[in-house]
Amino acid sequence: MSEELPFPRVVTGTHGPEEGAGAGTPWPGDVPPEQDDTWYPLRDDPWRARRVELFIALLWGVTAACGTGLMAVYWMGGQAQLEGALLFCGFSALGAGLVIWARRLVPGQEVVGSRGEHTSAPEDRSGVVGSLSRGTDAMLSRRGFLVKRVLVPVGGVFGIAALWPLASLGSRPDRALFHTKWYPGARLVTEDGRAVHVDDIVVGGELTVFPEGFIEDPMSAAVVINIGRDKLQAHTVNGYNQAGFEVVSGGNGIVAFSKICTHAGCPVSLFNVLAMQLICPCHQSTFDILQDCAPVFGPASRPLPQLPLGVRPDGYLIATRDFVEPVGPGFWDRGSEP
Amino acid sequence: MSTLAERAAARKRAERSQSALDWLDDRLGSSKWLRSAMDKIFPDHWSFMVGEIAMYSFVILVATGIYLTFFYNASGAEVVYHGPYRPLDGQKMTIAYESVINLSFSVRAGLIMRQAHHWAALIFIAAIVFHMGRIFFTGAFRRPREVNWVIGTTLLLTAMLEGFSGYSLPDDLLSGGGLRILYSIVQSVPIVGTWLAADLWGGNTFPGNGDFFPRLFVLHEFVLPLTLAGLLGAHLAVLWRQKHTDFPGPGKTEHNIVGSRLWPQYFVKTNALLLFVAGVVFGLGGLVQINPVWVYGPYEAARASSGTQPDWYIGWLDGALRLWPHWEFRSFGHEIPNPFFPGILIPGILFAVIYAWPWLDKRIYRDYGEHNLLDRPRDKPLRTALGVAALAFFVDLTLASATDLIGNALGVPFETLIELMQYGTFVAPIVAGVVAFRVCVRLQRGQVHPIQRPVGGIMVRDARGGYHTVGAAHDGHEASAEEHGLEPAGAGPPAGASEAH
Ligand code: HEM
Ligand code: FES
Repeated sequence: MSEELPFPRVVTGTHGPEEGAGAGTPWPGDVPPEQDDTWYPLRDDPWRARRVELFIALLWGVTAACGTGLMAVYWMGGQAQLEGALLFCGFSALGAGLVIWARRLVPGQEVVGSRGEHTSAPEDRSGVVGSLSRGTDAMLSRRGFLVKRVLVPVGGVFGIAALWPLASLGSRPDRALFHTKWYPGARLVTEDGRAVHVDDIVVGGELTVFPEGFIEDPMSAAVVINIGRDKLQAHTVNGYNQAGFEVVSGGNGIVAFSKICTHAGCPVSLFNVLAMQLICPCHQSTFDILQDCAPVFGPASRPLPQLPLGVRPDGYLIATRDFVEPVGPGFWDRGSEP
Repeated sequence: MSTLAERAAARKRAERSQSALDWLDDRLGSSKWLRSAMDKIFPDHWSFMVGEIAMYSFVILVATGIYLTFFYNASGAEVVYHGPYRPLDGQKMTIAYESVINLSFSVRAGLIMRQAHHWAALIFIAAIVFHMGRIFFTGAFRRPREVNWVIGTTLLLTAMLEGFSGYSLPDDLLSGGGLRILYSIVQSVPIVGTWLAADLWGGNTFPGNGDFFPRLFVLHEFVLPLTLAGLLGAHLAVLWRQKHTDFPGPGKTEHNIVGSRLWPQYFVKTNALLLFVAGVVFGLGGLVQINPVWVYGPYEAARASSGTQPDWYIGWLDGALRLWPHWEFRSFGHEIPNPFFPGILIPGILFAVIYAWPWLDKRIYRDYGEHNLLDRPRDKPLRTALGVAALAFFVDLTLASATDLIGNALGVPFETLIELMQYGTFVAPIVAGVVAFRVCVRLQRGQVHPIQRPVGGIMVRDARGGYHTVGAAHDGHEASAEEHGLEPAGAGPPAGASEAH
């Protein structure tokens, strides 16, 4: 850029490095004193300067027109596209005018100045230590007992006291992460409050359910799937029948799992019927329904907890208890269930 | 050339300014400083405008943001929507979401303000990253500018938090999903994670007890912007004190500075830049839709948005979460859950390296001296290669955050893509780094860079007493002003010498 300056470069100053004083000698003051500050590129060409002036005026006229347009658009109810176009033109024309002005008509030229020294003089550098020690010596060596033995611990206690109000931000973590709202006998209801009947889910069907009375409770969301009776018997899902609870009932192929991804808590909302997999849309963790929803791909490292199911005499699906382990993403003492 | 009348008017104006400035000086002693401030020299290189673009985006963010606060309502309470946007009529949503829908459809000029705010945020962070790139690749972070590197990195972190907190405010399906993941990441911190998450959200499980949106709002429109403004003030004050760096070139030395004065040329030009940034931001805000929360719908815990992407600067974190293998650590009844590693540990290490870079660079080049003249990236092939490798790493992670979209577009299963990108985290940086290194070496041997092409010559005498011509005809890379000894003696080997030969 520097080889095509539209104006001469002014190099001034009394003893710049090129005058042999050697590197490191700062120039006095920041800016060359004897510079012609009234010079500008079109100074000697009044006719062109006038034309440039008129052109800038025209550009700023465009800005005025855009401003008027904006008021009109607003008055008529507003319209985002028009407003955007007008603002773009208005601002750009104003800016373009300024740039042309700066380049052609604003006086001044490229200047060279000294950087000066940004460090302090040696006597100040050593002097500051002296000033500092005046206080610290008095406080630390002569009154060391007060500072070290008293002030520090007192400040510590007082400071810690000031932290307590932070605890009001949230309640003490309780067992909320270990339990959901599922209870023995809770009917499975959909988002719109409909209780789910065994006949509602055909083989290959899938529904999102909540415990009756707790619709949309985020931690309790579960997926019920009918994987078909034959598959249920051929695979291990049935074997997950922990603690003597009935996982499925009445010979149906219906199973239910937590819908909260064990990776980072997104709802596992994609269902691949052919592969019998649940897929999390967030980071694509994939859970194999036929292996108790064990993770088979992606960052999740634990299966989706299973919800033990039963069927009421009237045919409605119920949970026989809460999930058998904490649902959702991990946390430090997840394994501490008593 | 001026007429008599013009001259008389100018004299009158000068007199009036004199008395005004004297009034001020009588009270503050301001004239000495003001004088040197107006005469301050700013180098004219386009790459120095990138930081200014970031600064002006911030100005626009504040202006549009204040407007938005008059309409946004940070409440998690539920309402049923009835309004001009028919597809959502009768839907349950939070008041926060409803206020954003109203702002977009029922407040005149609300939509353009909202979209301009969002575009300004995207441009803000992009400009910061480019700015940081120019600082890194030209060695502008070297002594004495380490302080601004550290402040700058903190600015970047704060800006990312500010952006994330902002796009989480509408409580739409996309941002709610992002918050759900953030909750899990916070919860994954060993020992204190559950406490931290509970204290931030005000509840023991996501989404907390309704305190969260007011808190997020206070962070977004008060705490973080104030932090940004304070850090930016410090950043500029340090810059003002230390003066800009400059590229080497004819007549430029470690001890002088070449450019336009603050008043009037630089002042006029930089205001023009502000106007251009405003033009682009508002043009995009009106013409290009961004973050259409009414399409995503309100947040519902059991629903997820697929095929939607977070803002671009969050992509690499999301990608890291996708690529990190399914490892978790469990023993003695405790566990460190998976999201901790890609969500906290990896970004923590990366930012620690970024913070420490000026000092690592000093070690690598055994160069502890002051530098006001910049390196050309090609003259420091190793640094350039490392920077390019880091960029390749971030690009790989960012692409990984779109595996589902890319997979659908190319008809490739996402499993394959993820596996490829897992290898990519190692392969891409190595390949990109090696290529960059070789390109640097080639360029060094090649043509003379324009900034070194001579326009006449300037004779200088170096600290060792030799005479050199800076900027005269020479054969390329070995002729920066710096190498001609215009450095304080004993400042270490001349920059560039350690590697370029
Ligand atoms: C909110 C974000 C930021 C804003 C608004 C900002 C603004 C600026 C501006 C206006 C300048 C002077 C013009 C220029 O050199 O481009 C500057 C210089 C500088 N910035 Fe930033 N910056 C930001 C973030 C950063 C970051 C992330 C870094 C690096 C980690 C950084 C490091 C520096 C350094 C070292 C200088 C001095 C450069 C020199 O003198 O050549 N800044 N900044
Ligand atoms: S939250 Fe399900 S894969 Fe990450």
